[in-house]
Amino acid sequence: MIRALLAVVRRDLLLAMRQRGDVLNVLMFFVIVVTMFPLGVGPDKDTLRLIAPGVVWVAALLSAILSLGRLFALDYADGTLEQIMLSGQPLSLTVLGKIAAHWLITGAPITVMSVALAMVFDMAAGPGATLVASLLLGTPCLSLIGAVGAALTLGLRGAGVLVTLLVLPLYVPVLICGALAVERSAGGLSPAPGLMVLGALSLGAIALAPWAIGAALRISIE
Amino acid sequence: MHWASWQDFWAMGGSGGYVWGAYGVVALALAAEVASLRSRIRRACEAARRTADWSTKEREQ
Amino acid sequence: MQTQTVRPLRFGLHRFASPPEFYRLAGQLIPWFGSAAAALAAFGLYLGFFVAPTDFQQGEVYRVIFIHVPAAWMAMFIYAVMAFWAGFGLAFNTRTSSMWACAMAPTGALMAFLALWTGALWGRPAWGAYWAWDARMTSTLILLFLYLGFMALHGAIDDPRRADRAAGVLALVGVVNLPIIYFSVQWWNTLHQGATISLTRAPTMATTMLEAMFVMMLSFWMYSIAASLARVRAILLEREKRSSWVQDIARG
Repeated sequence: MIRALLAVVRRDLLLAMRQRGDVLNVLMFFVIVVTMFPLGVGPDKDTLRLIAPGVVWVAALLSAILSLGRLFALDYADGTLEQIMLSGQPLSLTVLGKIAAHWLITGAPITVMSVALAMVFDMAAGPGATLVASLLLGTPCLSLIGAVGAALTLGLRGAGVLVTLLVLPLYVPVLICGALAVERSAGGLSPAPGLMVLGALSLGAIALAPWAIGAALRISIE
Repeated sequence: MHWASWQDFWAMGGSGGYVWGAYGVVALALAAEVASLRSRIRRACEAARRTADWSTKEREQ
Repeated sequence: MQTQTVRPLRFGLHRFASPPEFYRLAGQLIPWFGSAAAALAAFGLYLGFFVAPTDFQQGEVYRVIFIHVPAAWMAMFIYAVMAFWAGFGLAFNTRTSSMWACAMAPTGALMAFLALWTGALWGRPAWGAYWAWDARMTSTLILLFLYLGFMALHGAIDDPRRADRAAGVLALVGVVNLPIIYFSVQWWNTLHQGATISLTRAPTMATTMLEAMFVMMLSFWMYSIAASLARVRAILLEREKRSSWVQDIARG
């Protein structure tokens, strides 16, 4: 079973590497969006340090949503998804594999990039580390919840914007906990509560989302 | 009953604008919902009648 | 002609899974719920405006509470009920359950909007701001987004069965998330509040205030049911317009 999972992950990673442009675009989107805020708000260091957690997290949310277009749509378009679903492999496993691959090419790079962004916003070491940790714990949840939205809107016209509308409200708890953890850290308090909740949300999502995603895929493909 | 006069009632101790603005919009919104549902049902009936007429015509032909 | 296999339920309720039966039942129930709503509203407003006293802190403006709290409560309640029936329709593959869930959504969204509107008009005089980003209002705003998302997803899918089922999954995901959203927003709110503002909205309630609010809540509940029943009739007529029972109704 692990081998099947790894096979799915490997396949998706290979496909993504062949179209490296797509992956890099999402990362660039993340950086550009974050850059917009100081340009809009002004370069005052204190203000920037204050808004940094929220800005980075919102940019991460938007980047996650943007990247969802690749998750199922490509396989759906050429019929591979249907084949996978007919293959008799447990759908939850396939779904988890695809999402793991998706996270490796979106959530993980975003987490790594946030190290640099923490410096750009002149964050202290503590809050900066918390920011990276929060993204590490929270982005899997973003991929999982986003996958539900992607599965529901498969093949629809205007799916891009629709997914955003559907998924952003569901992202609110992750956003709040992530940004709060960093702020607490900046204020000298322990970020542990927020980080633990983030971890719990991600674990909960790993447990529950595959059901919803599988149901949504079956509904979209019949 | 503790309003000295209708004047006082409408004024609502100075915040009449807020109170009646709130109640007014609620009343309007609910009335609009009822009206829109009525017209939606009417339109659905008409559409169904047209469909019925077409199928009758098809059968007659 | 479509045949539907429905598992028999106790009390013979399963016969309402049939569209013409449901249509007839809805038509019979609407006048009852409608009149109940009107009567309760008249009584509740009487209690609210002529029996409940002036509030010590907030004066007269607190009376907005008699429509604000019912609207907010209904918005949440309808979402839960909607998710239940959508889930029921998914599990038992009954069309009418999903149609009933869809019928409730616009009313629920309207309730959420009215809660926000009345809350803003209450907030301004009560503590100076139309919008204060407090926990309950922010949660209600997100609830409105969830409703709109449900309706948007349903509207974006042409096939009604796929639309019903997809929106149903979304509603279930939403209802599971809703408590999480509510608690995280509450946490967000308490941690960001300075010691300066304490946003206690409701005045310490006299019994008459509570009574009036309770009656108004019942009134809003009756209204929501009546409106949803009317809407489900419209939906039934629209979706089943080719079937003979609808054409009989349209002709007769």
